[in-house]
Amino acid sequence: MAVNRMFRICPSTGLTFHQPAEALMKANAVAGVVALLVGGTLALLVTLTRWQYVHLLAPDWFYLVLTAHGLNMLVFWIIFFEIAILYFAASTLLKCRLATPNMAWLGFILMVSGALVNNYAVFSGTSSVMFTSYAPMGAHPTFYLGLILFAVGALIGCFVFFGTLVIGVAEKTYNGSVPLVTFGAITAAIIAVFTIASGAVILIPTFLWSVGLVDHIDSLTYRTVWWAFGHSSQQINVSAHVAVWYAIAAIVFGAKPMSEKVSRGAFLLYILFLQLASAHHLLADPGLTSNWKIFNTSYAMYLAVLASMVHGLTVPGAIEVAQRQKGFNSGLFEWLRKAPWSNPVFSGMFISLIGFGFLGGISGVMMGTEQLNLIIHNTIYVPGHFHATVVVGTTLAFMSLTYFLIPVLFRREMLFPKLAQYQPYLFGLGMSAFALFMMGAGTLGVPRRHWDISFAGNAMPYEFPGAAWLMMALMAISGLFAIVGGIIYLAITVGSVFFGKRIVTPDFKYVRAAEGVAAAPQAVPPIAAHHPAIGAAGFVAPGTFVLAMVFLIAFVLYYFVNWKYLSTVWPLS
Amino acid sequence: MSAIAPPPERVWWKQPLDRVEGTWIAIALIWCLIMFFMMPYWHIFGKQNLANEAYRTTPEAYMKKAQEVVDKFTVRTETEQQIPVVRPPAGGDVYLVARLWSWWPILELEKGKSYRIHLMSTDWLHGFSLQPENINIQVHPGYDHVLTVQPTQAGTYSIICNEYCGINHHTMASKLYVVD
Repeated sequence: MAVNRMFRICPSTGLTFHQPAEALMKANAVAGVVALLVGGTLALLVTLTRWQYVHLLAPDWFYLVLTAHGLNMLVFWIIFFEIAILYFAASTLLKCRLATPNMAWLGFILMVSGALVNNYAVFSGTSSVMFTSYAPMGAHPTFYLGLILFAVGALIGCFVFFGTLVIGVAEKTYNGSVPLVTFGAITAAIIAVFTIASGAVILIPTFLWSVGLVDHIDSLTYRTVWWAFGHSSQQINVSAHVAVWYAIAAIVFGAKPMSEKVSRGAFLLYILFLQLASAHHLLADPGLTSNWKIFNTSYAMYLAVLASMVHGLTVPGAIEVAQRQKGFNSGLFEWLRKAPWSNPVFSGMFISLIGFGFLGGISGVMMGTEQLNLIIHNTIYVPGHFHATVVVGTTLAFMSLTYFLIPVLFRREMLFPKLAQYQPYLFGLGMSAFALFMMGAGTLGVPRRHWDISFAGNAMPYEFPGAAWLMMALMAISGLFAIVGGIIYLAITVGSVFFGKRIVTPDFKYVRAAEGVAAAPQAVPPIAAHHPAIGAAGFVAPGTFVLAMVFLIAFVLYYFVNWKYLSTVWPLS
Repeated sequence: MSAIAPPPERVWWKQPLDRVEGTWIAIALIWCLIMFFMMPYWHIFGKQNLANEAYRTTPEAYMKKAQEVVDKFTVRTETEQQIPVVRPPAGGDVYLVARLWSWWPILELEKGKSYRIHLMSTDWLHGFSLQPENINIQVHPGYDHVLTVQPTQAGTYSIICNEYCGINHHTMASKLYVVD
């Protein structure tokens, strides 16, 4: 079979696109956005039901819709988009042809079928078991089957990515090491393989159980293995969106990592320690020892938290250095003030970074502390945390990247550019407030996945304090702002991709490249004394350092506030 | 050139650290270690810890023990379903059953005394959530989980379910009394 070696070079960015890879990136990104549309519609229904004043859906519909919302957002939207990012990071950034495009299409078809089958199972009303589908509560066999099909497809995508890396080396399409963003994508793909393997270990027996071939699934085993899948899949997101942050810093500012060693070292810590985090979910479970809980939940002494704190410094630090070198060198924050705040690619990325760190990161460590978990476990604080990480962090980062991809990948002019300027603020700030109010309500004990906190008609109702009701109402109102932001995003992306003005380049053609398209190897430049004459006090990025210290102080204070709160509850041993 | 291109220096790992990165890594690492040691520290000096005492058992065996305690220590019944209110002796064992969609029986404890409360589900997963204390524990079928608790204040508390357990999950609520 002839290998397709046709490439095009993007005239506005100089990026290289391999023809089949380009089609696959488009298909995966579009499928992701469709899942986002479905999940977003369901988000509106969930929000309007948990707002007790509106209390829109009946309980059966609420639990059904919540299940479908979780799956479409956390699994289908994000993983489709991540597959597109993997192909971009391997094929485009390495200027390399994509390995086995036909296999990649097979993977895509499996993923689409899996998503459809799973959604069918949920919407048929037989599988309102939530995203987590905890055994022994059983779903219809097609529920598990859909997830398994989807996972197999995603696994094929990962191996196409790895194959492309091998081709890049074999055909010498680049010199030296892979770019940092590709390194981040490799991190994501390695974690993805671990994740999918864990998913197979638990979902295949559960599927067999649902059709009657296995007679017992232990609930603790299920939770332990399932979370090696469920939480690790969120770690794919972390690695992927951190890679996207670096990519956007490079695209918008030409920012170069402050040091490759530090940024790559931090990604390496993710590979080594991030998966242990799945133990967070089992801190309030019986049958596990405290030693096991403490070691795992701290990712072996918080080495993965350290990695995130490093990225939190090096991404804005790289931007600061790039801006200072351009002349925005006065004071602490001129570089930030003069950043392109009306460019949604940048503003979205920066809000994603701040929201992920301050809201998602800090709250995640709270919940993941063995004893503190007792006052948080299964309250609405938990979805508050992961809406800050996965929505403000991952989804907003991916949204920002789409604004860059519409002209570059889809070759369309963006519709409503004025509206796009405001979208990251509306979505990012709305979602941040939404997450914050959820955490507030969770601190007051409001449970997650609960249809009616008024306990109407119950013989022994619990009356939540008025503050909890207020938090839930504020949560819903903030959620509506975020949903409007989501609608604008969908209108812009779907509108532009299908109806935007085509960007026509005269004399455009795909070029056949026999052995990749790399330039000849360059002479190795000597390692220069680094970043001279910018910054202050020997710090090249003093503004970023000040921001990091503000973050640390917030983190330390909030951490000990929670211990203080814990010390007031009933002694327990 | 940038993060989306291969590093221009072939031996990038020899580039010295910027001071800002080195300083931050040192500070962050120290903070991470402090957070790590807080957990063992609290096990020694703190009062709110799970002992992780748990036993594998069956719903039948567990129900039998729960029934024995109910037979011995019931002081009254409440609601139309005649749910027994059990007042176990201080220091004693008492069994709370989580099932679709109720908690059984109702417990009445004495302030300042300590009790061994057993938690288990006889069907699906449930979530023990004591309000407004906000103590939250996962309840599994087949795992008898023992909590040694010491109520600090008298009053009427609620136990709600905070692990989704099906269509009537939100109706699963009960009381817990603490008396002087």
